[in-house]
Amino acid sequence: MKNRAAYFGVFTALALIFSYVETLIPINFGIPGVKLGLANLVIVIVLYKRGWKEALLLSVVRIVLAGFIFGNLFSILYSLAGGILSLAVMAALSKRDLFSVTGVSMAGGITHNVGQLIVAMLVVETYQVGYYFSVLLIAGVLTGAVIGIVASEVLKRIRIF
Amino acid sequence: MKRNDLILGAAVIAAAAVLLIFQLVRSGDSAAQIRVTVDGELYGTYDLSEDQTVSINDTNRLVIENGSARMEWADCPDQICVSHRAVTRDGESIICLPNEVVVSVEDSRADTPEEEQIDGIVQ
Repeated sequence: MKNRAAYFGVFTALALIFSYVETLIPINFGIPGVKLGLANLVIVIVLYKRGWKEALLLSVVRIVLAGFIFGNLFSILYSLAGGILSLAVMAALSKRDLFSVTGVSMAGGITHNVGQLIVAMLVVETYQVGYYFSVLLIAGVLTGAVIGIVASEVLKRIRIF
Repeated sequence: MKRNDLILGAAVIAAAAVLLIFQLVRSGDSAAQIRVTVDGELYGTYDLSEDQTVSINDTNRLVIENGSARMEWADCPDQICVSHRAVTRDGESIICLPNEVVVSVEDSRADTPEEEQIDGIVQ
């Protein structure tokens, strides 16, 4: 593959722009921490097109950069836990023929929220955050499905690289 | 979209719904107390039926009125706890992660006597 670094730069920029666009969308679901996760669209597409190593690197770079620009050290910590866990699950599931892109993305959305919740439990040292568990599961399925459907449509249509 | 995708989504949503219903049923209205912890340690307990304003370490301000509690002010940048809706039910909580403040509603009748509580857990 030629121009590896150039493509990676473009993907990073795209993921960062999605992170920014997401901060502009004033949707508040009434539940702290629930958002669409637009940047994961790029992660899912890269996972399918370029493999898990590049997707992992992109995910980590995206989270650290977006964290410094839009968030704080805490948000980086939570995002990293969710991002790495969900990417591990998505990479494992995408290798098998069990789920389509949508199902893989759904599993990613669910595990992303679970990973963040686990870190929140460790940081606050309380099981009280477990109250959100059911809500975050449903949110993970829905946002994961939306991202997955869009990602599979994009994957169908792009031919380059 | 495969059939397995739908099964996965439906199964997780069903599990979450059961969990949610269980939580809602278990927590009826009762003689509820507000319990505030900072960094995992108990800061204080307050009666939910008594209107009051609690200042937590000068980083957060909690208002209890009409049987519900809400975070009125916090010095953290994200303000998630401030925009969180008021809590009334047993088990509900408002959490301010930057300040490690947890405000939770608990049933005072379920309180265990001081001497029966666990001192600590070694990990």
